[in-house]
Amino acid sequence: MSPTLTQSAPLAVDPNDGLALLEGDGKRVAAEYGIPLAVLLELTHRCPLQCPYCSNPVEMERSRNELTTEEWKKVLDELAEIGVLQVHFSGGEPTARKDIVELVRHASELDLYTNLITSAVLLNKDKLTEIADAGLSHIQISFQGSNAALADRVAGFRNAHAKKHEVARWARELDLPLTVNAVMHRQNLDQLEQIIDMAVEMDADRIEVANVQYYGWALKNRAALMPTIEQIERSTQIVEEAQVRLKGILDIDFVIPDYYAERPKKCMGGWGRQFFNITPSGKVLPCHAAESIEGLDFMSVRSNHSIAWIWKNSEAFNRYRGTGWMPEPCRSCAFKEVDFGGCRCQAFALTGSADNTDPACSLSPFHEKIFKTAQTESETGTNRFIYRNFAGGTLEAESADDA
Amino acid sequence: MIRTAPALRRRMTATLDSVPALARGVKLRLDETRERWVLLVPERVLAPDEIAVEVLQLCDGERSIAAIAAVLAEKYAAPEEQIGADVIEMLQDLADSGFLIDKGGTRP
Repeated sequence: MSPTLTQSAPLAVDPNDGLALLEGDGKRVAAEYGIPLAVLLELTHRCPLQCPYCSNPVEMERSRNELTTEEWKKVLDELAEIGVLQVHFSGGEPTARKDIVELVRHASELDLYTNLITSAVLLNKDKLTEIADAGLSHIQISFQGSNAALADRVAGFRNAHAKKHEVARWARELDLPLTVNAVMHRQNLDQLEQIIDMAVEMDADRIEVANVQYYGWALKNRAALMPTIEQIERSTQIVEEAQVRLKGILDIDFVIPDYYAERPKKCMGGWGRQFFNITPSGKVLPCHAAESIEGLDFMSVRSNHSIAWIWKNSEAFNRYRGTGWMPEPCRSCAFKEVDFGGCRCQAFALTGSADNTDPACSLSPFHEKIFKTAQTESETGTNRFIYRNFAGGTLEAESADDA
Repeated sequence: MIRTAPALRRRMTATLDSVPALARGVKLRLDETRERWVLLVPERVLAPDEIAVEVLQLCDGERSIAAIAAVLAEKYAAPEEQIGADVIEMLQDLADSGFLIDKGGTRP
């Protein structure tokens, strides 16, 4: 439309102008575009790590129920066809699937942007090279702390930390864009500065400093994970300072725990608005924790409906879409189209009904009690983890702290 | 103390002599569903406007920014100097996020 490139029509492109962000900044993406731009594919729930904050459901899917290679390829075909642009291969540990190279190649051939979200501990250099050669666009490696003692304890896996560093080095050698995923909680928040330094030293492009969100395994472990208010205040300062200091060197994304926020998070950008994920067995969910909500029936890619149909028409996706489902205090709230009532999974887990306002909101009648409980836990709670596994969790051996 | 980050060396400081190319993992493609060009980057989808698309299509790892400005100046009958400055400003933003690299240093 711009006829000339003169001073009156400058080419300067503000990120909010010429290069508008299509997601994550509150724009009405789903309303405008329908199908989400990015989809999370949980290839498997199998994982050698046992992180106590895992976002997988407590009832994990067994490998015999996982989609086959051909089924996943068909899913990728369908996603590309309906306009999805980015796929995130996640899990569990996605490289526990023997067909990971094949799936990355298939997605790349469909011109999808492919991201691998991995614990890295199952990778060797040949495997990573194969994945990179298959067209991988980006790799995200999780780190559980800044030193091996704590990181390996959180992961419940010996030598995990050293292995992750090794894989991060290979990723750099292969010129793969690298994001460090740092999941933060009371046990490791005091290492935040060192974790950011570590990301710089390993030459990562980006770090996600994401405080644990409390559902599923993390809710089971809330007493051991909940940060203190002092930790949150300090970590916010650390991140804000680092974002300025490291501009052009390391991009830093920061997610605070919503227990300590005044307003709930706009979870998933609003239920069924701009995101869905597909579980190991092929269920299409509005968020990766949605199966924790009882009474919702999620449809599978193995049903006789297309993914687009499920997104648009299935009862579970429409149940909490928009604002029509809202009770008070949401219904008359000025922020109802800002946060869309917060997180449905959290409302279910903490109030017993997913129809309620997210108790992270200070207007929720449950907020005060839950906040006080969390605060008490952060100050006096146990430090022992319940490790994630298929057996429903295993309590960490007693440490010196708790003895 | 933070040591000098390799990322800083890797990232382009845009000048007329820079030879910009999309970094690995950054894809410029036509989104047929939404009928517009998109720039795919980690965790985000950017929607460049028409001018930005045109500039990014010229970032082929062969042309310098000066050459890109010359192409656009010719096409739009506009002052090359101004266009060069505008292109530098736009590309520096993308380079700061790690989406562009300078191929100039690696050429014979």
